[in-house]
Amino acid sequence: MKIGVDVGGTNTDAVVMGAEGVIGWHKTPTTRDVTSGIVAAISSAIADGGLDRRRIDCVMIGTTQFTNAVIERRSLLQVGVVRLCLPAASAIPPLTDWPADLAAAVGPNVSLVGGGHEFDGRKIAPLDEAAVARAAREMRAKGLRTAAVTSVFSPMDGSMERRAAEIIREEVPDIAISLSSELGQFGLLPRENSTIINASLSDLAMHVVAAFRRALHELGLDVPVFISQNDGTLMRAKDVERYPVLTFASGPTNSMRGAVHLAGITDAMVVDIGGTTSDIGMLRRGFPRQSTHFVDVGGVKTNFRMPDVLAVGLGGGSIVRDGGRRVGPDSVGYELTQRGLCFGGDTLTATDIAVAGGWAEMGDSALVSGVPRATIDQARETMRALIDKNLERMKTEARDLPLLIVGGGSVLVDWSVKSASEVLRPAYSFVANAVGAAIAQVSGEIERVVAIDEQNRERVIGAAKEEARSNAVRAGATKASVEIIEVEQVPISYLPGNPSRLRVKAVGDLPI
Amino acid sequence: MEIGLDDVDDLCTGAAFLGAGGGGDPHIGGLMVKEQLRAGRRIEILDPDHLGEDSLIIPTAMMGAPTVLLEKIPSGEEPIEALRRVEEALGRKADATMPTEVGGINSTIPLYVGARLGIPVVDADGQGRAFPELQMETFAINGVPGTPMGIADEKGDSACLTTDDHHRMEWVARGITIRFGGTAYFANYPMSGAQVKRASVKHTLTLARAIGGIIRNARGRGGNPFEELERFIATTSYGVARRIYSGKIVDLDRQTKEGFTLGTVTIDPDTGFGPPCRIKFQNENLVAWAGDEPLAVVPDIIAILDAETAVPITNETLRFGQRVVVMAVGVPEIMRSPAALRQFGPAAFGLEEEYTPLSG
Repeated sequence: MKIGVDVGGTNTDAVVMGAEGVIGWHKTPTTRDVTSGIVAAISSAIADGGLDRRRIDCVMIGTTQFTNAVIERRSLLQVGVVRLCLPAASAIPPLTDWPADLAAAVGPNVSLVGGGHEFDGRKIAPLDEAAVARAAREMRAKGLRTAAVTSVFSPMDGSMERRAAEIIREEVPDIAISLSSELGQFGLLPRENSTIINASLSDLAMHVVAAFRRALHELGLDVPVFISQNDGTLMRAKDVERYPVLTFASGPTNSMRGAVHLAGITDAMVVDIGGTTSDIGMLRRGFPRQSTHFVDVGGVKTNFRMPDVLAVGLGGGSIVRDGGRRVGPDSVGYELTQRGLCFGGDTLTATDIAVAGGWAEMGDSALVSGVPRATIDQARETMRALIDKNLERMKTEARDLPLLIVGGGSVLVDWSVKSASEVLRPAYSFVANAVGAAIAQVSGEIERVVAIDEQNRERVIGAAKEEARSNAVRAGATKASVEIIEVEQVPISYLPGNPSRLRVKAVGDLPI
Repeated sequence: MEIGLDDVDDLCTGAAFLGAGGGGDPHIGGLMVKEQLRAGRRIEILDPDHLGEDSLIIPTAMMGAPTVLLEKIPSGEEPIEALRRVEEALGRKADATMPTEVGGINSTIPLYVGARLGIPVVDADGQGRAFPELQMETFAINGVPGTPMGIADEKGDSACLTTDDHHRMEWVARGITIRFGGTAYFANYPMSGAQVKRASVKHTLTLARAIGGIIRNARGRGGNPFEELERFIATTSYGVARRIYSGKIVDLDRQTKEGFTLGTVTIDPDTGFGPPCRIKFQNENLVAWAGDEPLAVVPDIIAILDAETAVPITNETLRFGQRVVVMAVGVPEIMRSPAALRQFGPAAFGLEEEYTPLSG
């Protein structure tokens, strides 16, 4: 049996999952030390299911701790930034265009040194080892504890980054080092940004992972711990210590995947309705559709793989105005239970409309009896139009898909939705996020530039698939469960020889 | 007039619009320019109509694969060195630089060069949009020699090319670009002020900035950016802009052949009725059909825009399922002459369509 945990900014949820589905669950406030909240959630979920904890095989945790740290600019380390690129790439130094407060948090410790590759694998210049050593000695003098190394075209050839890491470690033995090639994907600047953010989180990553381990220890659970990453697959805890940045956006991913699992389908549209916003996403083959654009985190362009989620300003706390013609985007948020009419407050919210209209039960319905029928009908129409319009925006297929409605604000919607074949509200949807963590798979991915023609196409793509499969097995998947879920070939303009960017991803289940 | 920090993002958005799907994402060039402005350098923009007849203007630009540029950012010395090679060949310093191509990243390279060298940038270019090849320039059509052409990379390698044929200039420079590692920076078509006045598409940098401003502002205050773009472009030398289709991308066929991205994008109608729209591209969008009916054809600009925000989507970032509005834009008169159409009209791209200028 598996335990799924969601450590959010507000609540920590835990579910116990067996082959038959959710066996036990618990929701409790997130605690400052993280550990005691997890202990409380897991032990209550186990008790709720009436289980013997020896039957637990592994624990999967999803967390927003790292995203929040970047957004709030807290617990970030100063970073020794090294770019292997000269004589190229000096026109835009690292940290260009970062918000000033975030740039200040990671500090002004930047070195550009000789190195990097061309698109065809030749070297721009040999690695300037002496310059790397000089940069490392400077880091030591400044007392830096983390470094970020980025080399031109390293997603294709990461050898220079690895050699630079060796040199830095010789000079500063205890330093944490983040390599851009291990964070994947083309685009020097966004990849470097991700690498620097990753490095700045390395202390927090140690603390958070230690808190997770401590919680398991206190619970007497001697089982593997996995942590969910942004694409709905899992990482080992020790990998999160090194690559915390890969957990960004795992929240919406987990709730979407949890929702499809609870509903027992793999292709659907998902609306996760919270207090202030609704996140709309699409699931294909059980995985959220990924965004193709650069994703902005805390004001910095990054190359994180993120689900393509559209946030719409409609939630349970959305304020209703103009006789229902306007709903949101502003919300009373977490103050709903003080300010909402049906809770004795003075603000007409989307929740009050649902209660007054009789399709939701919350607070005291007598308190909303004065809301005019016309306002209820108009607000319902406004909300319906808002959801319809944004679902249409997200839809990529002509055929209608089922729509899954999850989250605390899901009571708002009682109507049939135009572009959906059916509307589903699975049981346990209020802990969909923890369910998503529990069912996450592990993945293997490759991305590189290859020369593809009609003769070698099959062989080149076949070899890439094989490599992605073995990467998934290396990540912990059982060999029999591994399947290829994505093959993407993007040609590169202007150059002969048909070079293409090839991306292949394989996923598989963890052994139970 | 000067270009300031606040202008750069608007100029990049407008340049992507005029790029007609190609031209390369201007974001990297925009960062280079911002970096110069933050360091206290200034960029003066010159009206082409106010140029001295005898002043020397040397255009600067980048060529090669946008995908390589995404990874191998320039050192910044390359376009400077390319310009120096032309200056050496002519035995004279440039009084100003200017874009060869206002669409895409090449709107920003001359701004960077101007900031670095402290020379002004002429508010004009040779394409009025983006085209894939070096001979596709109003400069060439109006008899300006393409060379001496300086071409340079980040390693300090450079060449000075001389030929009397615009097509051979493209052919040889393309070969050098590949040896340089897929991207190169160049300076060509050195001109007098008198030649710029006669041979360029005028006021295109300020046009790009204005287009970007309209898109940003409309988004900010919930206006209709499409209507505003149409109204504004009607007041410019481009004459007309019109939404020709709106719908959802349902098929995307992109291949690399002969050193270009060739392909077709298919869009199904929003209304659910009528034939789908197909747009054929060679880096840039060439022709848009609804069924068999041509809606717009090169050299008119065919821009694919995000249906909500009107932000232009370059062809390397088009994806299945996007909701888009297709907008066609006329081109200034200088780009519609018989000589211009021979250089970059439908036949130059092997299309059978007749060029009928877009009507309002």
